[in-house]
Amino acid sequence: MSLFDMMRRNPLVWLGAVLVVLAIGLSAFFVVPETKQALVLRFRQPMRIINPYASHEGYGRTGAGLAFKIPFLEQVVWVDKRVLNLDLPRQGVLSTDQYRLEVDAFARYRIVNPVRMYAVAGNEARVGEALKPILGAALRDELGKRRFAIMLSPERDVVMTNIRNALQRSAAQYGAQILDVRIKRADLPDGSPLDSAFERMRNTRQQQALSILADGRRQAQIVTGEADARAAEIYSASFGKDPAAYDFYRAMQSYRVTFGTDDNQPRGSATILLSPDNDYLRQFMGKRQ
Amino acid sequence: MQDKGPGAVLSEGGPWGGSDGKEGEDKKPWAKSRPGSVGPSALDALIRRGRARFGGGGDPGGLQVGGLWRWGLAALILLWIGVTSTHMIGLQERGVVTRFGKYVGTLEPGLRWTLPAPIDFVTKVDVDNIHEIDIDTGPDGQAGENLVLTGDENLIDLAYSVRWSKRDPEQFLFEMQDPEQTIKEVAESAMREAIARVSFDEVIGAQRQIQQEVAERAQELLDSYHAGVVVQGVTIKQAGPPSEVLDAFKDVSAAQQKVQAFQKQAQSSALQVTARAQGEAAAFDAFYAQYKLAPEVTRRRMYYDTMEKVLAKTDKVVVEPRNIVPYITPGPIPAAPKPQEPAK
Repeated sequence: MSLFDMMRRNPLVWLGAVLVVLAIGLSAFFVVPETKQALVLRFRQPMRIINPYASHEGYGRTGAGLAFKIPFLEQVVWVDKRVLNLDLPRQGVLSTDQYRLEVDAFARYRIVNPVRMYAVAGNEARVGEALKPILGAALRDELGKRRFAIMLSPERDVVMTNIRNALQRSAAQYGAQILDVRIKRADLPDGSPLDSAFERMRNTRQQQALSILADGRRQAQIVTGEADARAAEIYSASFGKDPAAYDFYRAMQSYRVTFGTDDNQPRGSATILLSPDNDYLRQFMGKRQ
Repeated sequence: MQDKGPGAVLSEGGPWGGSDGKEGEDKKPWAKSRPGSVGPSALDALIRRGRARFGGGGDPGGLQVGGLWRWGLAALILLWIGVTSTHMIGLQERGVVTRFGKYVGTLEPGLRWTLPAPIDFVTKVDVDNIHEIDIDTGPDGQAGENLVLTGDENLIDLAYSVRWSKRDPEQFLFEMQDPEQTIKEVAESAMREAIARVSFDEVIGAQRQIQQEVAERAQELLDSYHAGVVVQGVTIKQAGPPSEVLDAFKDVSAAQQKVQAFQKQAQSSALQVTARAQGEAAAFDAFYAQYKLAPEVTRRRMYYDTMEKVLAKTDKVVVEPRNIVPYITPGPIPAAPKPQEPAK
């Protein structure tokens, strides 16, 4: 009962002691969320990994949850388990045919080997920082070997795979796995490259406009020419049956039009001098044929 | 069955605003874990002792205060348990439950129970809501045109949006560091890849196909990351020439319109020409059918008809001398020039 007596005498000290013990006890436990891997270190030596990454075992079965460590002796280094972004700042790239390109690329990666990551980089933020220049170099290196047109062709996939592989070799040293590398944007830099591209587009379109016009005129002429030919065909099919009859028929029509007899406005007045020999006056002269 | 849902909501919803007794009974496990028996009484003893030390005296009033303290604490704990262990999951939501960080399950819509807060946490994920990301700016989000290189090394100004929703709440929460950023970048990459494969004119002409292609490609990539999202669609809002070359493009469309005008004109005149030919041919055919029956008489009849009409409206002079051939003069004959003659 001496313990109880001591408590009795000095309750606040005891309350403090209990709290300290409780705190130490609680510090032995820690919560590992699904999104993190916990690397437990003892005297800075990696001891074990809680909730390590392994390809898709299903959530709830990977070791996340309440975990234990020896207080003071062991520390926890947190490592993200998720897919991480690596955004590369814009890179100027020069292709073999001297085109300049501004390239925005990104990589997706995850830390698959936290022990290695800890040994080489210390924390995961440094992994990203370390991978950026490597990605930039891989990008410039690979694109610098190609012609500009490759960037705009299906071969682009090959280029991206090469870059990914190059990056993966370095990333493995950091315990990281590169899921893929992609080019987000590839732009012509402002200034003369962009202006000359615009100029080229402008020229192409002006040419196009001219050729459209020329082609349109040609088409229109073809249409009218064909119509004329068809009309001639129709005429000859009809009139050709009896050229003499047509001649007479058309002459009669023509006279009426010429002398303005078909409408009420004569097209200029006319005086006709007729010889009595004229066929029209044959009967007038009282001749007999 | 029908009144159970809303009824339960109401009857359970009441208690944590009002009484706490009923709730403690309802949820037996938590009632047991209530630290009422040990904690408060020990604390109580301490307080009482402290009070005795400082000469407050063990009067009944002090005891009552201690009792209130205890009840207040119990009520607070119960309230905490009640609030943090019940979850109203909306129809469009799923609740992802983690117990000390470990995934234990997903709550379907409705009123759901979990362990209280420090143990279980519920993250609600909206699975129906369709999110939209607009991509229409220059590099790094700067204002300006979103210029994309096409397969024929032209530039196109493109504005489009990506619609996506969360398909798999667990994957969405646990797999990606920054899902939204990832979706945007993946879509942008897929779009530029698709545009780079086709020419400028094809982009303008085959937008639907490109949208489809980009959505599929983006989905494929996101699936490879296990992002737990579904790309609902990609919509090209605007695809056109950059403003710097707009005038040249306008020239082209002006030329196209001009050509259309040409063609319309040519076609209508062609129609007229042929129609006229057909009309005249038909008229001649009709005449000829008649003419063939009695050529001489028809000929004569028409000749006289025509001459009658022609000569009825013109001045006529019949000249006797044999050697004069009939001729026609334009305008009024001799009468007019007469006054001018002397001057010559």
